[in-house]
Amino acid sequence: MPVRYIVDRVAKYVLLFSALLSILIVFLIGLFTLREGEPAFRQIGLEHLLGGTVWRPEQDSFGLLAMIIGSVLVTFGALALGLPLALGCAILLAEVAPDNVRAVIRPAVELLAGIPSVIYGLFGMVVLVPLIRGIDVPGNTGFGLLSASVVLAVMILPTITNIAEDAIRAVPREYKEGALALGVTHWQAIVGVILPAARSGIVAAVILGVGRALGETMAMIMVIGNSVVFPHPLTANPLTIFLSQARTLTGNIAVEINYATGLHESALFATGVVLFVLVMLVNSSARLLMRARTG
Amino acid sequence: MDKSVSLSTHAHTGALAVSVAELGKSNLPWRRAAQKIAFAFLWLMGTLAVAALLAVIGYVVFQGFKVINIEFLTRPPRGGLSGEGGISTTIVTTVYLVLLTVGIAAPLGICAAIYLVEYAGEMQGRTGLLPRLVEVARFGVETLAGVPSIIFGLFGYALFVTAMHLGFSLISAALAGACLILPVIIRATEEALRAVPRSYREASLALGTTQWQTVWGVVLPAALPGIITSIILSVGRVISETAVFYVTLGGSYKMPTSIFSSGRTLALHVYYLAMDTRAFDKAMGTGAILIVAIVLINLTINYLSHRVRAKLGGK
Amino acid sequence: MQLPVKLEVRNYHLFYGNFRALKDVTICIPRNQITAIIGPSGCGKSTFLRTFNRMNELIPGVRVQGQVLMDGQDIFAMDPVELRQRVGMVFQRPNPFPKSIYDNVAYGPRAHGIRDRRRLDEIVERSLRDAALWDEVKDDLNKSALALSGGQQQRLCIARALAVQPEVILMDEPASALDPIATLRIEELIQTLKQRYTIVIVTHNMQQAARASDFTAFFMMDEQRAGLLVEYGPTRDLFTRPSDKRTEDYITGRFG
Repeated sequence: MPVRYIVDRVAKYVLLFSALLSILIVFLIGLFTLREGEPAFRQIGLEHLLGGTVWRPEQDSFGLLAMIIGSVLVTFGALALGLPLALGCAILLAEVAPDNVRAVIRPAVELLAGIPSVIYGLFGMVVLVPLIRGIDVPGNTGFGLLSASVVLAVMILPTITNIAEDAIRAVPREYKEGALALGVTHWQAIVGVILPAARSGIVAAVILGVGRALGETMAMIMVIGNSVVFPHPLTANPLTIFLSQARTLTGNIAVEINYATGLHESALFATGVVLFVLVMLVNSSARLLMRARTG
Repeated sequence: MDKSVSLSTHAHTGALAVSVAELGKSNLPWRRAAQKIAFAFLWLMGTLAVAALLAVIGYVVFQGFKVINIEFLTRPPRGGLSGEGGISTTIVTTVYLVLLTVGIAAPLGICAAIYLVEYAGEMQGRTGLLPRLVEVARFGVETLAGVPSIIFGLFGYALFVTAMHLGFSLISAALAGACLILPVIIRATEEALRAVPRSYREASLALGTTQWQTVWGVVLPAALPGIITSIILSVGRVISETAVFYVTLGGSYKMPTSIFSSGRTLALHVYYLAMDTRAFDKAMGTGAILIVAIVLINLTINYLSHRVRAKLGGK
Repeated sequence: MQLPVKLEVRNYHLFYGNFRALKDVTICIPRNQITAIIGPSGCGKSTFLRTFNRMNELIPGVRVQGQVLMDGQDIFAMDPVELRQRVGMVFQRPNPFPKSIYDNVAYGPRAHGIRDRRRLDEIVERSLRDAALWDEVKDDLNKSALALSGGQQQRLCIARALAVQPEVILMDEPASALDPIATLRIEELIQTLKQRYTIVIVTHNMQQAARASDFTAFFMMDEQRAGLLVEYGPTRDLFTRPSDKRTEDYITGRFG
């Protein structure tokens, strides 16, 4: 057999091995986080871990509910603030803006995605937190869910905008022409035909944004306050819950992993498992939607 | 259908004809106003996005440049509560970590992408072990791309730092970081390979070359700018990543002496300065350097992808 | 024989950037007649058709010169949205929205402000009857329009256009994507619609033009690939004794 055929065959298997490395890493990640988290699941129990409201490692009390609520609330806040922004940008870029404006906004959105999360955190600490501290509510430190939501809203914008814009652009031109030919305005065509046709892609974009929000770590640590309290309204006004400090699942891991030992360490890995499962559920539902669209 | 019904339908039609046309005309000003308001909102959102970018970049760069000078760049940090000293060791650590991480991930990622594009393409619709492996591999890449970075940190901490006794070190951080950027490189490289026209491959194969000769001799050179883009993209990812390195790199501000040294990157330094010492001015200075690096990287990528498009004759 | 004029085009030119796609077209289209536009591919007949509802404006870089009048009114001075309410269009490939049959037909009237369910029902039924589709779909109006056959989809698109009550209907090779039987049904339908609408139809099929139209305009390209109107007249005259040599060559199949 000539040498070049041997080279060809060898190359093929080397490449195949590389391609399988990703799944191997996924498998190892699952294996190691589960293995390290296993004592916590066994000794604390899933019920207490997920349902427990008190996280006090020195007293061996490891309840994650406050962090789960923290993560959910900050994601919700980020969506409430970020969705109009992100989807507005997506529609603007896909349908309304002329090419030269698009040539400015698109790179700007891409650059937003490239900025390190510590920079967002730093900006939040120095600019946003003092601003929000100005809201006159007793117990308001500025650090908390609102600051974190604002920072996160900007951070998930590129994810949502890029994918949603692609989804809107993928709508066949015939739909738009068909609508306009009936004498409706461009906006009516967008709302009545184009957006509904792009619906699954837009929903997928939002879900991926949620996945991104749940996974964000450093910027959250820097502005959310990190105290292990159950998020609660500071006054009778329920909206002040967003001025409450909180901690996210990601922050819980990052803040404590470097000095944790024993059951405490295991409980942090269990936190990782919970986060992993949560994000995987979110991401795979987005993937299913996208596949349904293309398939 | 009998005739009288048809007639009565048409009688209706006469009345309706007027109403649709009339309505359409009379509500047109409203519809136009609605469009104006809606588009104004869209423009506002676009402006806000750009404004947010300018605010963050502008503020950090403006504040940061106040403390940046030659000394800041060339002196090591001295620790302490006010974050005295410069950032020289963190720049060096960042460079080391980028080289190590990308050095590990890039060859593996590029090889994986080559397999997925050049070899796995023909598996579509076939059954057997290999096609199933390809499916599993794709699933792996997709899943890995969605894993939150702190999980990579946790994994790196458990496997490299603890189980493999590599400690908090450049090598632990680089291995964990490599897992993080692997899907970035694979996806971007796949895209670059897919942009190479089919005709190139067919022309080469028709000359009786093996598949590997075609890939090596024709496809890779054509896709090179795109592959370089994917590497630069992952460099940017390493520079801006914090969470993974926060739990694997240790955070020492001393100059690293080997791959087993602990260290801190620029991004980590920003975090420590802001959170531990509250030295916000120095944090801004470090952040400004970070932003300049990221902007340069983005500009390079934009330039390269423009060239690729021009070269491959796209739009 | 003096017919009232619905659409009048005077010295009309159209450019894509620097490329002249239509050159100096002048034509009068009579009311309540079927006017066919024929010619070899690439001669600008679809582009010309899309002039009447100003759809060309959606393509960046398009520029026009000359006058187009509807009932003596300059269409370029009109609001394009209002114009498109009065000038409906049926496209080459059936393009129903990914909605139910009912919602497809009701889309236009709803957009124009009709909310009353009973009147929408009436409009939907009448439009579907006029498009000769009612009997086939009346029991599953809530089914997705995409589940219909190609011919049915195209008749649905006609119904959708009728529901807006236009004065003119433009048809861009409406049967080119359909099988012969579906084509025949569309042609019959066009004949019945003629009483109430002015119809302009682009077709590459000369038999269709000869069969189904009252007037025929023949377009072709000049040396710079700009489309121009070669001959226009009653369909019977154009096909039996064309006055231009190029028309004769085309209809006898010598080129194109």
